[in-house]
Amino acid sequence: MAGAPHVEGASIAALATGVAAKTWKARDLVEAYLDRIARLDKKLGCYLLVDGDGARKAADAVDRKIAASETVGPLAGVPIGLKDIFVTRGIETTAGSKILKGFIPPYESTVSARLSAAGAISLGKLNMDEFAMGSSNENSAYHPVHNPWDLERVPGGSSGGSAAAVAASLCAGSLGTDTGGSIRQPASLCGVVGIKPTYGRVSRYGVIAFASSLDHPGPFGRTVEDAAALLEVIAGHDPCDATSIPQGPGRYREASKAGLAGMRVGVPKEYFQTGMDAEVEAAVRAALDELARAGATLVPVSLPHTQYAIATYYLICTAEASSNLARYDGIRYGYRTAEAASLEELYVKTRGEGFGSEPKRRIVLGTYVLRAGYYEAYYGKALRARRLIADDFRAAFSQCDVLVTPTSPTAAFKLGERSADPLQMYLADIYTVAPPLAGVPALSQCCGFTRSGLPIGLQTIGPALGEEAILRVAGAYEARTDWHKRLPQDP
Amino acid sequence: MSKDKYEAVIGLEVHVQLATRTKIFSISSAAFGAEPNAHDDPVCMGLPGALPVLNRAAVESAVRLGLAVGSHIRPRCRFARKHYFYPDLPKGFQISQFDEPLCEGGAVTFRLDGELRQVQLTRIHMEDDAGKNIHDASGVSFVDYNRAGVPLCEIVSEPDIRSADEAAEYVRAIRTLVRYLGISDGNMEEGSLRCDANVSIRLRGATQLGTKAELKNINSFKHVRDAIEHEIARQSLLLDRGERVVQETRLWDPDRGLSASMRSKEQAHDYRYFPEPDLPPVAVDEAWIDRARRSLPELPEARFARYTTLGLSAQDASVLVAERAIGDYFDAAVAAAPAYPKKIANWLINEVLGRVTDPRQLAEESLAIPPAALAELVDLVEKGTLSGKLGKDVFARMWQEKRRAGDIVATESVSLVSDTTIIEEACKRVVERSPEEAARYRAGAAKVMGFFVGNVMKETGGKANPKVVNEILRKLLG
Repeated sequence: MAGAPHVEGASIAALATGVAAKTWKARDLVEAYLDRIARLDKKLGCYLLVDGDGARKAADAVDRKIAASETVGPLAGVPIGLKDIFVTRGIETTAGSKILKGFIPPYESTVSARLSAAGAISLGKLNMDEFAMGSSNENSAYHPVHNPWDLERVPGGSSGGSAAAVAASLCAGSLGTDTGGSIRQPASLCGVVGIKPTYGRVSRYGVIAFASSLDHPGPFGRTVEDAAALLEVIAGHDPCDATSIPQGPGRYREASKAGLAGMRVGVPKEYFQTGMDAEVEAAVRAALDELARAGATLVPVSLPHTQYAIATYYLICTAEASSNLARYDGIRYGYRTAEAASLEELYVKTRGEGFGSEPKRRIVLGTYVLRAGYYEAYYGKALRARRLIADDFRAAFSQCDVLVTPTSPTAAFKLGERSADPLQMYLADIYTVAPPLAGVPALSQCCGFTRSGLPIGLQTIGPALGEEAILRVAGAYEARTDWHKRLPQDP
Repeated sequence: MSKDKYEAVIGLEVHVQLATRTKIFSISSAAFGAEPNAHDDPVCMGLPGALPVLNRAAVESAVRLGLAVGSHIRPRCRFARKHYFYPDLPKGFQISQFDEPLCEGGAVTFRLDGELRQVQLTRIHMEDDAGKNIHDASGVSFVDYNRAGVPLCEIVSEPDIRSADEAAEYVRAIRTLVRYLGISDGNMEEGSLRCDANVSIRLRGATQLGTKAELKNINSFKHVRDAIEHEIARQSLLLDRGERVVQETRLWDPDRGLSASMRSKEQAHDYRYFPEPDLPPVAVDEAWIDRARRSLPELPEARFARYTTLGLSAQDASVLVAERAIGDYFDAAVAAAPAYPKKIANWLINEVLGRVTDPRQLAEESLAIPPAALAELVDLVEKGTLSGKLGKDVFARMWQEKRRAGDIVATESVSLVSDTTIIEEACKRVVERSPEEAARYRAGAAKVMGFFVGNVMKETGGKANPKVVNEILRKLLG
């Protein structure tokens, strides 16, 4: 026995190997992470709920199995965190909203169940922008998350808690969801790896809906291989999700180590034109050079409808959100106003008091978008633009295997800096909204730091079901660089 | 009179609950009559994160319905979300179909006062049912979500209907059809068949449509008739007074026999339809349609035609086709006694149907007189073993004792005597002791024959075959 494990900066691969080899007990890992959470999370705000008892119980079960030489899953004993958008049986699930305060789901999301079945241990529920609406985690109804690299700054959003918890080693890996960038942008701002898989590659069953046709559950890891290992467990067909892709998952872990020999990397000119921070641009261009040195062929490509992506995205996501959030009416579960004289008043007060301002803004926008007689002008047109954007990607992938772009135009911004200006906030998604519109997979990883020490993100985009391709490129880049080895100082 | 002055134009939206085992988008039971909220699951309760998965059995039922009414089955249809807020609607939207319904066109055919009528259909689409609000006397409201997610087909007619009676017959024809197909109980009282009516009137001969009102809460065939009758009268009165009909939704109150405005056109919901993103479009290919077509039973109209070629009157044929179980019973009985379709129809309509509370009981295995048993009885009567009267007595005992006619006849000698020597002796005795009556008969008073027959029957304890008695008497008195 090597005594208490040192979990700061530890990879999933190392932890799982250690548990399987009986170097540590799963229980020891859980205690080590719970200790870090207890000491550090007051300053970071990553967790909305820490399930210490549940985690200890699950760890002991894994340890009993290993002691009895029973077969365990590939993630046996690995402590992870779940964005609070995944419903967990018996554990409060709020989606970062007051309107779901106290909601204890009677069922478990498919992906969290798959992680448990693989032996992973959930430490608790991670903070997020309310209903995944936001790019800074400041829209959490509970408290903000602080970026581990600079506590004055945002971790990105909406999966801010998931990204920051991995960066600060408050869990070994985590799950988030990405609708317009909600995995990749916080991964970029926190310097970790985040994957938005192909639409339908990972089940949405038990994932609280924001915009159904755009919601993509996916993993966060410290390394490309870690994220791939999580993806390998959660991906695959789910009969409970009618939009789930029938075929089985790929060999993602293997792909992350396969190298990029002979691959063509497309560089879309539209992603290098305006509004990008100079330090970000320099880092991304340096990364492209590194890929070229690693043996990739750089191919200039064009995605001509990129400029319509933000408008298209906000028409579709607000329309779907206004529909998905209609169920929060105070009748069956969640928050209900204290007193109402009529049914209408019950609805108005419950929803008025229960929702924060960003969900309200999007409900109003989406209701406007879908109103009778205007469907064609807004939603119908957005669907047509969406097809054009998807066609752009298809055309580009006839010339290259992956696309490489910046993830976010800037590094982490300061808390409060943009919260008064929703439009400015929406532009944080400028490089991340198109892949979910097209349903294609994309990954963000660290490709450098600003002079003030903030991580910069590199986005790799693949064709539909091209997870292996983006993992090969990202894995090869990571193998040639040390950015992922840097750790933020404990706060 | 305004009744002749105006013509009513009526279109109906009929909702049929499909009798699938599970709900349309989830795994809980779709059965009626359980404890409140016993049939719930994350999907039909609209829990956060739950997703619908389409029940193919529901699509199958809807396809069969569409084929039965001659609809075009779209090779690709799609679900759409229809939004409104109400406590019985768990998701805040209903999953329905909007611009891409499963079935388009088609027609429902039925008879009204013996005349063939055909009502064209606009469409048939699928959707999920809502739960049920229950208000108790103290003013507290509850919601039962057992019904939430039960599959529905909504059958939308063209405005082809011209009277309340026709509307009621149209709904009855749909009930008959869905029961033939076995896709629904079609019980208006239990809500598995529901109806909204769009009613307008116009001057007879006019071609432009009047302003319509939509009537809701119509829960029985009687309500269909009453509600529409009342609405026609209400609109007629308005127009007679020079007032205008307002486009609105009205709620029928069967207890008071009148309707009240529920919401005006201005208050109408904006349902904000958009394609359901959680469900991919539904593809119904040719092979599926062929399979469904082959699974269709003989439909009421075809059956009606077949029965009239068997020599049945239109009226009898109508009774036999009104419920699948009646026609099935009839067909089975005729198969056992092919010579007497008309007689079997008579016995079935006059004797059997009068003894069941619901014609669907004819399909039950425990039925006292199964089709073959009725055929046997009819055969005994037609062959002269039993008189009509004796036959009815035997029928009653069969029903009571669940015995076969042959068994009753054999063990209890209730059969008619056809032995001519026995009958001849009885006839001779009667003729000998009634010389006056014999003389009158021979003088031409033919009706005296009745006297002789009656006495011979008395002599034989009612068991003599009346045909044989007649023959012998005529010979003796000839």
